[in-house]
Amino acid sequence: MTVTAEQAHRVSPGAAAVHTAVIAKRNVLRVIRLPQLLLFSTVQPVMFLLLFNYVFGGAINLGGAPISGSSAYINWLIPGILVQTAVFGATATALGLTEDLTAGVIDRFRSLPMARSAVLAGRTIADLVRNTFVNSLMLVVGFLMGWRFEQGFFKMLLGVAIALLFGYAFSWVMAAIGLITKTPEAAQSAGFLPIFPLVFASSVFVPTDTMPGWLQAFADNQPITVIANTVRSLMIPEEALAFLDLDQGALIAQSLAWIVGIIVVFGYLSVRQYKKSVG
Amino acid sequence: MVSQTEPAPNLRSRMKAVRTQNIVKTFGDVVALDGVSIEFEEGIVYGLLGPNGAGKTTLIRVLTTLLKPDAGTAEVAGIDVIENPVAVRHRIGLAGQFAAVDPFLTGMENVEMVGRLYNLSAQEARRSAEDVLDRIKLMDAANRPVSTYSGGMRRRLDLAASMVGRPQVLFLDEPTTGIDPRSRLDLWELIEELVSGGTTLLLTTQYLDEADRLSDRIGIIDHGHLIEEGTSNQLKDRLGGSVVEIHVQDEDRVAATAALTPVGGGDIRTEGNSIVIPAIEGSRTLAAAVRRLDEAHLEPRDIALRRPTLDDVFLSLTGHHAENGASPEVEPAPTGGRRGRR
Repeated sequence: MTVTAEQAHRVSPGAAAVHTAVIAKRNVLRVIRLPQLLLFSTVQPVMFLLLFNYVFGGAINLGGAPISGSSAYINWLIPGILVQTAVFGATATALGLTEDLTAGVIDRFRSLPMARSAVLAGRTIADLVRNTFVNSLMLVVGFLMGWRFEQGFFKMLLGVAIALLFGYAFSWVMAAIGLITKTPEAAQSAGFLPIFPLVFASSVFVPTDTMPGWLQAFADNQPITVIANTVRSLMIPEEALAFLDLDQGALIAQSLAWIVGIIVVFGYLSVRQYKKSVG
Repeated sequence: MVSQTEPAPNLRSRMKAVRTQNIVKTFGDVVALDGVSIEFEEGIVYGLLGPNGAGKTTLIRVLTTLLKPDAGTAEVAGIDVIENPVAVRHRIGLAGQFAAVDPFLTGMENVEMVGRLYNLSAQEARRSAEDVLDRIKLMDAANRPVSTYSGGMRRRLDLAASMVGRPQVLFLDEPTTGIDPRSRLDLWELIEELVSGGTTLLLTTQYLDEADRLSDRIGIIDHGHLIEEGTSNQLKDRLGGSVVEIHVQDEDRVAATAALTPVGGGDIRTEGNSIVIPAIEGSRTLAAAVRRLDEAHLEPRDIALRRPTLDDVFLSLTGHHAENGASPEVEPAPTGGRRGRR
């Protein structure tokens, strides 16, 4: 193999993009070739959807929000559960990375003239692809359960995209956690530590205004509530926005800020940890 | 001596494949490498022989840019691994201690992927993958998922992946550890075929027979020190040449040892069922041993003059056997739980 001096000293952005695509393809193939992985990562969110809607749904008081008549809760729940599914799905990033670490695959990658960021970016992109599949399925199941989008197809799609992008950003948080914990077992436990309080102390499943004041202060200002509210504001009837005090434009802006901020901070931390932890 | 600047292609024939000076690497209290200097030119197979925890893997990780040493310098293919790791990575191939292949992809997909990561185009990667899979005799299984491969086949595939970028220097870290004897023989033959084409290879092993069979030059490493270096024959000569090895019945061993002690000049030892004495006077020592046994009315089951094995060399250099007397501490695995998974 002939190598020019320029090629030899650094990896060009074009090459890095190819490397990222190669790694992403490998990780997506892994999911496709291992159907049980896909099946169980799909069953769990569907179960959450069914349990929350049919077990808790009737008891949850939405404060008379004009969302959608008799099956109001499903229309509250679906936007939230899209976010929850994307965030839970992000733990696959930590798991996949630690599996590669323990199997020696990362050593092979690190001995190759490839971009450092490609291993992590390829992993997070593959997990985004998988999350997209799972969330699409959630929409189908939700539709069968009575969920409807009220502000048109485009806004619904934008809402789904924001949930998925947030899941993608969260994959970088999980990448950092995986690289610190190093083993799949530890990554599994550590990954859910930040997820449970963030997902449950939020507006994903219930309105935050019945929570104690201190918790409400946390819940209203943490990113998952912002994202869930944004997705919700793009799907429920427009007249409900004022009732629920949701400002669609401001929410979209806040969401994008959170998404970009998390990717920048945790992307930097992950790449730094990647370089450090394995060498 | 290699020049400090990058050599022109026509100087390649004289180029050092690997050159390290006083490499030191510690993990907490454990000194993995304690000033290792090795050097060898392109076109040879260098075998790094040592027990578990001797520092072999750590040295490979330094040379393949996976680990920065605490002190010392290292060059691979004339390029500084610390200053310019990306350029080094273009020129090396690594097959680590565990087959780093993806069980859900086919053999072809695995090798092609690595080719793409060496910056080969899709077509080049495909062609090169077919070429190495053919050389490694896996073409028949190329389109099967790796999950259907045997352990030996996975090792071979890993080897194929390490070669797909046509590296100048190939690193194999314990290529046959943990595979069955039959696959090991296959792999040896394969490695011999590969290096007959002129591939430069650094391999680590804890098996003497492996180092003996595959290497042009052997470095013996123990506790992070390179304690001896040379060709297999040089190392054996350094031990003082041949030995006489005598097999006797179990019940005769004590008597035979007593009878042979004068012949051995005090340096006599038993190894399992056999008694070994240095053949200071070559075949005369052998004749003397036969005479001695005859006088003591002992009949050996077998008696032979043989060249010392590398195990003899190892024993005399380190005071312990290479394969069974491994150092108590295990080399730390910097990437988490790798060691637990075979």
